[in-house]
Amino acid sequence: MDEALSELGDYIGAALPQEVIEVNVAFGELMILTRPEFIVRVLTYLRDDSNCQFRSLVDICGVDYPDRPQRFEVVYNLLSHTVNQRVRVKVRTDEETPVPSVVPVFVNADWYEREAWDMYGIMFSDHPDLRRLLTDYGFDGHPMRKDFPLTGYVEVRYDDEQKRVVYEPVKLTQEFRSFDFMSPWEGAQYVLPGDEKAEQAESGEG
Amino acid sequence: MAEVEIRNYSLNFGPQHPAAHGVLRLVLELDGEVVERADPHIGLLHRGTEKLIEHKTYLQSIPYFDRLDYVSMMCQEHAFILAAEKLLGAEIPPRARFIRVLFSEITRILNHILNVTTQGMDVGAMTPVLWGFEERERLMEFYERVSGARMHAAYFRIGGVHQDMPRGLAEDIYEFCDTFPAVIDDIEGLLTENRIFKQRNVDIGVVSIDDAISRGFSGVMLRGSGAAWDLRKAQPYEVYDELEFDVPVGKNGDCYDRYLCRIEEMRQSLSIMRQCLDKLPDGPVMIEDGKIGPPSRGEMKRSMEALINHFKLYTEGMHVPAGETYTGIEAPKGEFGVYLVSDGSNKPYRCKIRAPGFPHLQGLDFMTRGHMLADTVAVIGTQDIVFGEIDR
Repeated sequence: MDEALSELGDYIGAALPQEVIEVNVAFGELMILTRPEFIVRVLTYLRDDSNCQFRSLVDICGVDYPDRPQRFEVVYNLLSHTVNQRVRVKVRTDEETPVPSVVPVFVNADWYEREAWDMYGIMFSDHPDLRRLLTDYGFDGHPMRKDFPLTGYVEVRYDDEQKRVVYEPVKLTQEFRSFDFMSPWEGAQYVLPGDEKAEQAESGEG
Repeated sequence: MAEVEIRNYSLNFGPQHPAAHGVLRLVLELDGEVVERADPHIGLLHRGTEKLIEHKTYLQSIPYFDRLDYVSMMCQEHAFILAAEKLLGAEIPPRARFIRVLFSEITRILNHILNVTTQGMDVGAMTPVLWGFEERERLMEFYERVSGARMHAAYFRIGGVHQDMPRGLAEDIYEFCDTFPAVIDDIEGLLTENRIFKQRNVDIGVVSIDDAISRGFSGVMLRGSGAAWDLRKAQPYEVYDELEFDVPVGKNGDCYDRYLCRIEEMRQSLSIMRQCLDKLPDGPVMIEDGKIGPPSRGEMKRSMEALINHFKLYTEGMHVPAGETYTGIEAPKGEFGVYLVSDGSNKPYRCKIRAPGFPHLQGLDFMTRGHMLADTVAVIGTQDIVFGEIDR
């Protein structure tokens, strides 16, 4: 299984030497890394080449890595019914650089790209209709980004006087609790409540 | 005769309409009664599941999967735990594998009963729903007996299943397998050759194989068009390669063929269930690796180490090695996939849920164009739309 995949990966890498940056096989899955400007060409090749025939786009999704200079990854999962293989194509981008839309190659990329735009704010150039998809009409922000808080910024409530639903800043009745499970014996980098004094006393003595 | 000017008008269908199968808001552009364009507005049931999962441990993430497509609960848990197990490299005991397949097929029947009968209701048949739901109740009883919950089971766990099946359950499932075919026959007797049902479904929403593939359709939406594609056969997971079953395919790719496929799939599922029960081996149902599976209850009461192990597993949870995988399974509605990215911590870094209904609903515009307004309802019914999974 893995051998067939790495052969396929080498084949694709050899056919598109300019476009493909990296090919690897992990967990029995083939991954191809390319650059945004080549994505349409790579996907068209994968769809039309007789040894690939990845004619079905299974999924497009964004992943956010805030520490990287190009923080977003756009991941395209393709499936070939003919050779019974899957391939994953990735591109990296940031908030400003748009990724060319692949709607001309795969019709169903439409909603997936809208979703990625909605959730992460990844721009897709030449998309026919880049509206928000899942969030509310007039929503502000991109909720799946790692710097977007889990609780969000606004909450909705039906206002009986105005006879409509109103937005208000989020009010939590209980403080949001986030646990980290790092053991204090394994080098946790935080001060336990009440422990500050012990630290001070130590440094005062020393 | 004076010339009458006919204008197109748009119609808001839903979000609160029984035939919209949930909270679908459909903006239809109509020319008389003919649909010119259908623009689904989705997201009314968006709960941010993927975001929540990023903030939960792997164990805590499982119940979210029950709540995506709330009529095929265990199949979705299955996709998630298979993805996590792939990253962990866990070897699952055979008994757990068979139980998982058994319950995946029970789930498939649950889903198909709902779909087939509500599609009947969408086009005007009331009785199948009442008959079908009685059987669904029996199946949900099986759910309850293994997990304690009728629907949101959280029964499949990373490393196996939560508990072994209680005594006597296997016999009752056998009995169900014996009596249920008669109910399928009854439902078929009401629908299959029914004149109204055929008028409303035959040649409605026709999809060719090429269209189905290029639009990312999967499951019955693809098989109804004649493609013999089933992930259980093509990319077998768990023990499906040891079991014998047929994959029904349609010929015309219309709503009626898809209905027939679903009926036949229920019969095949029954045969798979029987085979699972016949072959069900003895042994543990949870992996013995203490980093993944919890210690047994009895052990916990006696051993301090087992107690600590249990506490750590249920608070901190397991650490999944860094890596990423896309794992798809054949859910009743089509290919349900999980793209899981782990950074080595106890929480998923990213968990993208690939719902089968998402590309299907996207194809609604293509499928209904040129059809009558009433056919839209039949097409929504045949697509097996559930908003929990589409909006996530």
